[in-house]
Amino acid sequence: MSMLSRVAERVYWLGRYLERIENTARLVSVYGNVLLDLPSPAKLRWESLIAITGSGEDFATRYAQADEHNVVRFYLTDRDNPASIVNSADNARENARTVREMVPSSIWEGINDLHIYLHDNVEAALARRGRDAFLSRVIESCQFLVGCMAGSMSRDAAYHFLRAGRYLERADMTSRIVDVGTANVFPWGSAERDETGAARELDPYESILWMNVLRSLNALQMYRRQVPERISAEEVVAFLLQDENFPRAVANCLQALQSCLGHLPRNDAAVDTATAAIGHVAQANVAALLQEEGVHDFIDRMQIEFNALHAVISASWFEPQA
Amino acid sequence: MNHAKSEVMKFSWQNYDSHGFYDELIAARGTARAAGSAVAKHIRSLTMDEIRERQRAAELAVKTMGITFTVYSEGTNIDRAWPYDIIPRTISGSDWDRVEAGLVQRLTALNLFIDDVYHEQRILRDGVVPRELIVESGNFRAACVGMRPKHGVWAHICGTDLIRDRDGTFYVLEDNLRVPSGVSYMLENRKVTKRVFPELFAADNMRPIGEYTSHLFAMLASLSPRDGQRPVVVVLTPGIYNSAYFEHSYLAQQMGAELVEGGDLFVGADDCVYMRTIAGPAQVDVIYRRIDDLFLDPEVFNPDSTLGVPGLMRAWLRGKVALANAPGAGVADDKAVYTYVPDMIRYYLDEDAILPNVETYRCGEKEPCAFVLQHLDKLVVKPVNESGGYGMLIGPTASADERHAFARLVRAQPRNYVAQPLISLSTCPTVCDNDIEPRHLDLRPFILQGAQHYVTPGGLTRVALKKGSFVVNSSQGGGSKDTWIVDCP
Repeated sequence: MSMLSRVAERVYWLGRYLERIENTARLVSVYGNVLLDLPSPAKLRWESLIAITGSGEDFATRYAQADEHNVVRFYLTDRDNPASIVNSADNARENARTVREMVPSSIWEGINDLHIYLHDNVEAALARRGRDAFLSRVIESCQFLVGCMAGSMSRDAAYHFLRAGRYLERADMTSRIVDVGTANVFPWGSAERDETGAARELDPYESILWMNVLRSLNALQMYRRQVPERISAEEVVAFLLQDENFPRAVANCLQALQSCLGHLPRNDAAVDTATAAIGHVAQANVAALLQEEGVHDFIDRMQIEFNALHAVISASWFEPQA
Repeated sequence: MNHAKSEVMKFSWQNYDSHGFYDELIAARGTARAAGSAVAKHIRSLTMDEIRERQRAAELAVKTMGITFTVYSEGTNIDRAWPYDIIPRTISGSDWDRVEAGLVQRLTALNLFIDDVYHEQRILRDGVVPRELIVESGNFRAACVGMRPKHGVWAHICGTDLIRDRDGTFYVLEDNLRVPSGVSYMLENRKVTKRVFPELFAADNMRPIGEYTSHLFAMLASLSPRDGQRPVVVVLTPGIYNSAYFEHSYLAQQMGAELVEGGDLFVGADDCVYMRTIAGPAQVDVIYRRIDDLFLDPEVFNPDSTLGVPGLMRAWLRGKVALANAPGAGVADDKAVYTYVPDMIRYYLDEDAILPNVETYRCGEKEPCAFVLQHLDKLVVKPVNESGGYGMLIGPTASADERHAFARLVRAQPRNYVAQPLISLSTCPTVCDNDIEPRHLDLRPFILQGAQHYVTPGGLTRVALKKGSFVVNSSQGGGSKDTWIVDCP
């Protein structure tokens, strides 16, 4: 049986919102951990976290200063931040409610459970003490839902749209996190090179930074198995952008997205757009980007491609025909 | 009460008193009815704290299962947790068999009546039902005259409200033939009971209710105008803001049918109905519509409706798509027409009604109307064309001002009102803050009619949670109970 365009769109957004909840939880969690790792001279500025999601302007209109309390509130409980966890959870549940007939009831119940837990406990997570347990539980719940989907949904259009939403959202977040690691958002800059072009010996704090970037994507272990050398900016950026096997690397996300789109009817335009994006990521010369061209500009171009992917998915399947 | 004060004491039925109302569980002081004896006994084995704990667990289960209903015009969080009481309402299998036969008889006659009204109108010619009552009714659809739906059935899904008098007799309060709702809550209530009170199920031999959606799907599929392939059945909802949206979504999910909104459908040049899918248009055979007649098709009815589908009536009249319930079926769902149902049963089936009506005065007739106006303080007056308990006067509890205002309404449009004595709704033990107390309830079983009939064993029991209240509607503070038909050895 074919799927309603309206329903396809809501399932796709359900996938995106669930992934967004998990990513935001990871982001806040890892940032807090970096903070604990660093001695006070290298103190982290919480406003850097705001830059990751491109929310600087929005944040500045409502908060006097970017301290821990405000930034964490912005990401967890702020009703006016469209990407806050409480808003994403409401949106996920609302989308699930309108597509209940498409997803197994275990997933519907899992979403309700997450929604109830989140609303009951999010205030307590504003303080550092309760935050880790809260964020871990939120991430676990998201992973549980991903597991339910993998284990109990037929590989039909609903499944492919859910995953398409998830992978596009994930590619977007990974690229933003890479951007943060490289674009001088952190106070000490990164990956400077000396006159000979050889990588400067990483100072210990920077190594900690990259380890935590990897951790935020649950990627540290997989990275270590892939790259036996010391942690370097170039290797980490290449891994997170171009690794085809790590499920949070941009290249892997885009390939998974392309495969989802390949299962859907009338997919020529969408598959072509995904193929182009995959090519651009694969061809990127990370060393050169780090040296002169600038990772930030490259990520900007990726963001434009992600937007184009969303637009072509929307035009192919969500907008009513006939 | 003693048992409420003590932490360790088990609950006792000795102090439970329904004050002369028929109680579904407790027959006389401390003694359970046969059908409820296992339930009463189990509750007696618990302390009040344990009982309250079960009630809390049930409320959490309802939230987790996402069982909600929508209240009109609230803010952003528009769905509310469904109110549910853990003590099931039990009815004996032998009592129920008679009710079931009565419901089948009733719906059969109602469908014969609707079909007659849109064709020969014999019953009007023979003067059994007054002609003006029908043709002047706001629910009569001239566009439907001459239409022959499959099986000759117009009302495929009916929800009939039943109440029990002081002596336990079942009466029919009204027949909902347009878009009756509540069946999803009946099904979900059973699931909640299984989760939080599994040990209750061990002792009793109760009839299962889970097949409803299979019967519903089979009935809907049997209406398909296209033979020889798996029919495409959809549920048409007004959308997420409708009070019964949960149910629309639930039924679509349970049947594996598509849940559609008006904007998802269109009528093609060939008069067939299509839905917009990711693979292009797909033909639809059967629409279980959960929107009212007047919103179905802006080309025929309300031109401002954005909920419906332009051309849908044309598609239906040409036999390209089936609609359930059929447009126009509501002509028999009117509290004035209701008063003639026993006459219809005699007229079409040559039988006496198995289930009695509640005594009803038609304000459209001179003498009954005068009687009603003289006895407003003793009667319940209802508009003939409303549902959900809206717009009615409960005389005995209304103020003098309210009664005067209502009298003016009745005098202005007498045909729009009927009146009934204040009926003594039966009671059932219900968990309250610190005790188990009797609360009044009604029952809505669901009846399907296609080529055959199906009646849900039991139905949705709605409870007035406020002490002494008779208002069971969930939109006005009512709750619900799981309903068990128990076959006693």
